[in-house]
Amino acid sequence: MSRLARAVLLTLLVIWPFAAHAQKDSVTIGQTLEPPTLDPTTGAAQAIREVTYLNIYEGLLRIDRDGKLQPLLAESWTVSPDNLTYTFRLRRGVKFHDGSDFDAADVKFTFERAMAPDSTNAQKWIFAPIARIETPDRYTVVITLKEPTGNFLYGLAWGDAVIFAPETVAENRTKPIGTGPYRFERWVRGDRVELVRNDAYWARIPAISRATFRFISDPQAQVAAIRAGDVDALSNLAAQEAADQLKNDANLKVVVGNTEGETILAINNAKPPFNDVRVRRAIAHAIDRMAVIDGAVSGYGTPIGTHFSPNHPAYVDLTGTYPYDPARARALLAEAGHPNGFNATLRLPPPPYARRSGEIIAAQLAQVGIKVSIEPIEFAQWLDQVFRNKNYDLTIIAHTEPLDIGIYARDDYYFQYRNPAFNALMAKIGTTMDEAERNRLYGEAQRMLTTDAVNVFLFQLPKIGVWNVNLTGMWENWPLPANPIAELSWKR
Amino acid sequence: MLALLVRRVIGLVLTLLAAAVVVFVVMEVLPGDPAAVMLGVQATPETLAALRTELGLDRPAPVRFATWIIDLLQGDLGISYTYRVPVAGLIAERLTITVPLALLSIALSTAIALPLGILAAARHDRPADAGIMVFSQIGVAVPNFWFALLLVLLFSVTLGWLPSGGFPGWQAGIGAAFAALALPAISLALPQAAILARVTRSAVLDALGEDYVRTARAKGLTRAATLRRHVLRNALIPVVTIMGLQFSFLLAGAIIIENVFYLPGLGRLVFQAIAQRDLIVVRDIVLLLAAMVIFINFAVDVLYTLIDPRLRGQRT
Repeated sequence: MSRLARAVLLTLLVIWPFAAHAQKDSVTIGQTLEPPTLDPTTGAAQAIREVTYLNIYEGLLRIDRDGKLQPLLAESWTVSPDNLTYTFRLRRGVKFHDGSDFDAADVKFTFERAMAPDSTNAQKWIFAPIARIETPDRYTVVITLKEPTGNFLYGLAWGDAVIFAPETVAENRTKPIGTGPYRFERWVRGDRVELVRNDAYWARIPAISRATFRFISDPQAQVAAIRAGDVDALSNLAAQEAADQLKNDANLKVVVGNTEGETILAINNAKPPFNDVRVRRAIAHAIDRMAVIDGAVSGYGTPIGTHFSPNHPAYVDLTGTYPYDPARARALLAEAGHPNGFNATLRLPPPPYARRSGEIIAAQLAQVGIKVSIEPIEFAQWLDQVFRNKNYDLTIIAHTEPLDIGIYARDDYYFQYRNPAFNALMAKIGTTMDEAERNRLYGEAQRMLTTDAVNVFLFQLPKIGVWNVNLTGMWENWPLPANPIAELSWKR
Repeated sequence: MLALLVRRVIGLVLTLLAAAVVVFVVMEVLPGDPAAVMLGVQATPETLAALRTELGLDRPAPVRFATWIIDLLQGDLGISYTYRVPVAGLIAERLTITVPLALLSIALSTAIALPLGILAAARHDRPADAGIMVFSQIGVAVPNFWFALLLVLLFSVTLGWLPSGGFPGWQAGIGAAFAALALPAISLALPQAAILARVTRSAVLDALGEDYVRTARAKGLTRAATLRRHVLRNALIPVVTIMGLQFSFLLAGAIIIENVFYLPGLGRLVFQAIAQRDLIVVRDIVLLLAAMVIFINFAVDVLYTLIDPRLRGQRT
C-alpha cells in the first residue's frame, strides 16, 4: 500500500468517530475574505468585523439583527435636554478575556485613542463630535458633545467603537482581547480563525462552544465546501449565481437578504458633459435597472432609486423617477446638445457585481448613443484614480457603510456633487434629535439626490447566506456586517 | 566544481539584485496606496496621513529601497503592511504548505510519468504507446483547476472521503495534513505527468536510435538490458531539465490550485498581497521565488554532472 493510500485510510479512521456524532456544538462559517488583522481600528476591512464584532469585542451599544440599537456594555443612558451630554451607566461584573475588569476608564481610553491625531480608526466621524469624556465613578461615563448629533448613539454601536483594555490594545491585531462571548484561540493565516466560548461571559453562556471562520475566496470552492459539509454556513456567497445550484440541496437553506450596500453607477458630476443634469437624467432613463440586476446578481438585488437602504424606516421608493425609456434619454441628450451622443469611459473595480453590471450598462448606454469604453481596474487603482484623484467619467461600486447618505454633502467627494441646499439639509439632520422629524428630512434628502440625478442608483447588494438546515440563528440581513456566534444553535 | 559554485553564487547575487530593483520599481509605478486600501472610503485625509507615517510610506522611494535592502542583508524581511506581523513568519508559515505540496506533486508526477514514458517508447507504435499518448494528450489539454473541481465533486462532495479544501496544519497530524494535500497534489501532478511522460518517451526514443544501442544489441544484450544500462541514463538529461522547470513552476505557479482548495500557500499570499498593495510582502516573495528558481537550476546542473560523467570535465 502506498504512503498516500495509508495516509488517506488513517485519516478516515481518525475522522469517522467524530462524523458519527450528529449532535455537535461547534460551528464552521465560511467567508470570502480574510481579515488583515483582528483589530477593527487598523483598517476598514469588513472581514475584521465579520469575525470579531459581537464575538470577541463589544461596544457600549450594539445593533441587533433588525438594525435596531440595543444596550450592551452600557446598561442604560440618559441624554441631557440640550442633547449635548450623554450619561452612560455601565454594566458591572464584566471582565475582559485576560481576566481584568471592564470599567469607565476603559471606555475613556478607547474613545480618546480613537479621537487622537495619530489614530488610524477608519470611522473617525463617530468620535468627531466628542468634546470631552468624564468618569465620575467606575461605572459611569459622561460624554459631552460639541453640538447635538443625531447619529451619535448609532455610531457607538458600530464595530469601530468597541471597547478595549489599555493593557492589551497593542496586541489586538494578532491576539485580540475583548469582553465578548468568545475568546480568540488561533489564527492560521490564509486558512482560518478559531474562537472558543468564554465561559466567564457576563450574560447568558451561548450554546456553541467553538467557532471556526474559514476563508474561501473562490466561488466554486465555497459551493464544494458547503456541499461536502466542510463548512456549516457561508455568511455571504461570493457569486450570486451559485445560489441556484445550492437551492436544490435538501440539507441546505439558501436565504436571500439585504446588506447596507447601495450599488451605484457613480458619475463625475464636475466633468463635462456630466455636469449637465439633463445628461445625467438621460443616463438614468437609458438604464434598465431590472436587466442589470438579472444579469449582474442573478436577480437577487433589491432595486433602489436613491442612495438609501430599503431596510431603513426613512427609505423612500424613488425607483419610478426615471423609468427605462431610451427615446426619452435620446431626447434629453439632444436637448443638452449631444444629439449623436458622446464617448465616455467606465472604470470597473474587480467585484463581479461591478464588472457584470458594467458590461450590461455599457450595452444599454450604446443604445442611446453614449459609446462607453470599459476599463477594468484593481481596487487599489480604483481608490487612487477614481476615489482620490477623481479621474474618471463613470464607475460602478457598492457603498457598503450603513446610513452613508452624508457623503453627498462632502464637496471633495469623488462624485463632485456640490449642492449647498443638500449640505444644509444634512447639517440640519445632524442636529435633529426627534426621530420622526429626522426621518422626514432624510426623505427630503433622498428626493434631492434623485431629482439632481447625481448618480444612477442601481440596487441594494444582496447577502445570500447558505447554511445547514439544522443551524439556526444566522443573520439573514446585514444591518452591519456581523456573524454573532452567540445567537447560533443546532436543532435537536 | 568549486569554480562552478563561485560563478553560481555571483550570478545568484546579481540576479537577485536585478530582481529587487525591478520588483521595487514596478510596485512603485503601479497606482495604489497601501494606506488607502486599508482604510477604505470613509477615512479622513488626516487618518490616511497618520497611517502613512506609521507604515513609513511618507519617506522618499530611494530611502525606502535602501532601508529594505539593508534590512534584508541583516536578515530582516520587514513587517507586512496589511497583516502587521513580520513577513519572515508569514512566508515561513506558507512554505510549510507550498514546499510539501510541490514535492508531493513532483514525486507523484515522476512516479506516473517515467514508467509510462519508458513503456510507451519501448512499445513504440503499438497499442500501449497509443494509449499512453492519448492519456497524455488529454492531460496536457485539461486545465488543472477544472480537473481539481472534478476531483472535489467526486472525492469530497459525493464520496465524502477527503476534505474539499483548507489545511488543518501539520500539528493536526501527518494523516490529516496529507489528506488535505492529496487532491491538490493530484490536480497539480497529472498535467505535469502528461508533459513529463511525453518528454521521457521522446528522449528514450532518441536514445534508442543511437549507434551505441545498435552496438549493444549487436554484442548480444537483450532489449531490456540495453534499455536499462545504455538508454535510460542517456535519456535522463532532458527529463531532469523538464523536472527542474516543473518544480519552479509548482513553487511559483500553484496560485490557481491554492485558490480552488483554499490552501494558505505562498501563491495565495502573493496574490492577496498584490491586490492589497502589501508592497513589502510582494517584494520579499518575488525575491524568494527568484532565489529558489536559481537554486533549482543550480541543482539541476549538479544533477547533470552526476548523470553524465562527460559533462564533468567541461564544467570545472
